Amino acid sequence: MDYCPHTPQDIHQMQAVIGAGSIEELFADIPQKFRIRQMPGIPASLSEQETLGLMQAIAAKNRMPRVTLTGAGAYVHYIPAVVGHIIGRAEFYTAYTPYQAEISQGILQAIYEYQTMIAHLTGTEIANASMYDGASAMAEAAVLCAKMSNRSRIVVARSVHPQYRQVLQTYSWANGYTITEMPYTATGQLDLAALQNALDDSVAAVVVQSPNFFGCIEEITPIADAAHKNGALLIAGFTDGTSLGVLKPAGASGADFVVGEGQSFGNPVNYGGPYLGIFAAREKFLRRIPGRLAGATVDKNGRRGFVLTLQTREQHIRREKATSNICSNEALCALAAGVYLAALGKNLGKLAALNIYKTQYLKNNLLKLAGWKEVFSAPVYNEFALRCPDAQAVNEKLKAAGMIGAYDLQKDYPALENTLLFCATEMLSKDDMDRVAEIIS
Amino acid sequence: MELIFEISKPGRSAADIPASDVPAIDIDEIIGGQYRRADLDLPEVAEVDLVRHYTNLSRRNFGVDLGFYPLGSCTMKYNPKINENVAALPGFTGLHPEAADEFARGNLELMVDMQKLLSGIFGMADFTLQPAAGAHGELTGVMMIKKYFEKKGEKRHLMLIPDAAHGTNPASGALCGFDTVTLRSNPEGGVDLEHLESLMTEDVAGLMLTNPNTLGLFERNIEKVAAIVHGKGGLLYGDGANANAFLGKTRPGDLGFDVIQLNLHKTFSTPHGCGGPGSGPVGVSAKLVNFLPVPRIIKRDSTWAWSSDFPDTIGRVRAFYGNFNVIVKAYTYIRSLGAEGLTRATEMAVLNANYIKERLKPCFDLPFDRVCMHECVFSGNRQVAESGVHTSDMAKRLIDFGYHPPTIYFPLIVPEAIMIEPTETESKETLDTFCDAMIAIAKEAKENPRRVKDAPLSTPVSRLDEVLAARKPDVCWKRS
Repeated sequence: MDYCPHTPQDIHQMQAVIGAGSIEELFADIPQKFRIRQMPGIPASLSEQETLGLMQAIAAKNRMPRVTLTGAGAYVHYIPAVVGHIIGRAEFYTAYTPYQAEISQGILQAIYEYQTMIAHLTGTEIANASMYDGASAMAEAAVLCAKMSNRSRIVVARSVHPQYRQVLQTYSWANGYTITEMPYTATGQLDLAALQNALDDSVAAVVVQSPNFFGCIEEITPIADAAHKNGALLIAGFTDGTSLGVLKPAGASGADFVVGEGQSFGNPVNYGGPYLGIFAAREKFLRRIPGRLAGATVDKNGRRGFVLTLQTREQHIRREKATSNICSNEALCALAAGVYLAALGKNLGKLAALNIYKTQYLKNNLLKLAGWKEVFSAPVYNEFALRCPDAQAVNEKLKAAGMIGAYDLQKDYPALENTLLFCATEMLSKDDMDRVAEIIS
Repeated sequence: MELIFEISKPGRSAADIPASDVPAIDIDEIIGGQYRRADLDLPEVAEVDLVRHYTNLSRRNFGVDLGFYPLGSCTMKYNPKINENVAALPGFTGLHPEAADEFARGNLELMVDMQKLLSGIFGMADFTLQPAAGAHGELTGVMMIKKYFEKKGEKRHLMLIPDAAHGTNPASGALCGFDTVTLRSNPEGGVDLEHLESLMTEDVAGLMLTNPNTLGLFERNIEKVAAIVHGKGGLLYGDGANANAFLGKTRPGDLGFDVIQLNLHKTFSTPHGCGGPGSGPVGVSAKLVNFLPVPRIIKRDSTWAWSSDFPDTIGRVRAFYGNFNVIVKAYTYIRSLGAEGLTRATEMAVLNANYIKERLKPCFDLPFDRVCMHECVFSGNRQVAESGVHTSDMAKRLIDFGYHPPTIYFPLIVPEAIMIEPTETESKETLDTFCDAMIAIAKEAKENPRRVKDAPLSTPVSRLDEVLAARKPDVCWKRS
């Protein structure tokens, strides 16, 4: 299949207008010695029907789980039907970045609405139009803090998602900044005393996550106070965005930046992407933050309209002096998030409560198993860590039953032997959870 | 149009939550009242009103499915529908990224094959699919360059960037701690070799080159450029934004590029979704393979598995493995077009750009009059001089004719630039009516400049006050 509409006659006529004897002539600038006549290893074309058959066969090689018990940065939630219908409108999905505002009012207004909802949810005043994912949003926030303060050290809690810390490490290394990791205590929260000891005037930012990777809710206010007392800024992440339906957001407890993964809001798990990085901040950072911003203004007749604004922060204007190199973001995923949040409205609170009920039920079920115990004492949202006699055996049993088991924390935390991180969302039924306990026992 | 907040009414919702089949508990008791949020001020709308709101917004948005979208450097080709259907298969959307590899056999096979196909098309040793977009790929590529010199124990702090380059190039260099140095273009629109020779020292890590460049011109001296850079131990970075110009014709790896980032949402037709998600795979030559981001897919016990056991890696640039669902669409596109279809796409894209160039040449200044590749760049200088009508005015006027305007004011080295990239999926009729519109606007600029300056006249809003938007920023709605 190809999608070129030209007939041989069209091509002939166009060549005549150009004055080219052949298509080949148009490629004369490519030195002959570098020309190729075929594409090595690239298969022949397929009809649409054959293409679908091929791709269905590949998809069928995946084993679709009946139950997913892992969160760890990606969360299986129910997506209301309206979300797919809206983002499936070609006016949205086949458009580019809204550089021409007059014919892009649809996405510009939708992004403005998304920004508003995100700022409210995160307890901040402003949010951008999205970053690549939660991890890169966190890393860019840290780099920004270091640049603004001329300080070179980032302090990050070990209770932050391990992959997020790795991305933070990569970005920091590239910019010449260093990372110091802070231990967690028996509660599963950041060790505040250790943080206070580590803080000095070389620290640009403190990075935490709440709920953190262990599912535990952090005490944000004292962390913010400690950071600010030392002239550092606080970057707070979160795990599952739906937690914001019930939990006090970090922005309301003194965080300067709230960054995190927005996948939970209407985007499928998709084997890891595309997701969307939420990036929200205090208003005073408006002119420094990375990424696109939709802003309200008026047209020459005084009608309300929307544009991409404060573009002098961005790479296409400022080049090497830009606050970030980001260009494309995750606009369609942000649109999905906006539709999802507008669809749920206050029911996001109900949904979060349901996640907590399910989580407590699963946890209590598992704690009845011989030799299972809680690892951390802090309150959790929808993830929790349990120590068990043999973590690997548990996950093997679940796998055999067609389930994606829990996340094995020992991979990233060698001290957490036989410790599994479970996640329960509204997608797990009571029967599922009863069966999980049965399979394990 | 009203905002979603303005149609909100307490008590409505467009999504219900199932009743709990497990005991409801006192949340304050479980998580503590001090951790509870005080208010949840999200819109409250009925489903029908929600759908109408967003549907009406969509009608105020222009996409490829509505009409011609010749946005230069963005490769706004038609996005085949089968790719969307394939990507929506539950087998691709429903798998958690931390699923054991046994669950993900199909996904792993697809990603390995995608890396192999891209390596073949572009002549690179290997690819990473992790970066989420083109600029993210650039950042990843420059990080690998940085790591390469770090490993060799060489301190190179400069990165050369041509004056015609995309803004992301210098920004990516800067984000990796490099000082960027601007390399001049020559009168033919290519790299000024003498300038390159004078700049290329052992302090320079590399040159970030787009080929064909942002003027749509192929770098005829590419062999010399590569030799100069490599001669001083530097690396040649390729910005693959313009890869639609050479599929099946040449390969960056053969031309001497050490690293190249792609934009699957451009060259390989995945839709751009109003600004993303994209996907920015990065290909490397053999000397950079060890520095690729982790995790990478390896063969373990005769099946594919993820591994992070690569000591020289730059690390991760995002969580998980990349914009997988976008990769599925691009893979579907490559398999459906095959070698022949991809080559034909390039041939027709270049034919279309040259056709537009020839048809519009009499009416607009053409700063570099030679055969172009997939896009052509005009200047609006003549119209400015004749009637004070600027490129931005003509772009806005094109909207009234039913087109998305071309890229304007880029590249920066062309004053009043008009950068037109038609892509291969447009018919001769579409190109002809577009050219007729451009010619009509050039005429109108002379005869009725006021009308062009007032454009667009057909949109829900007229020109918007960008100065006000920046001076008094309003990026979040507040209840008045």
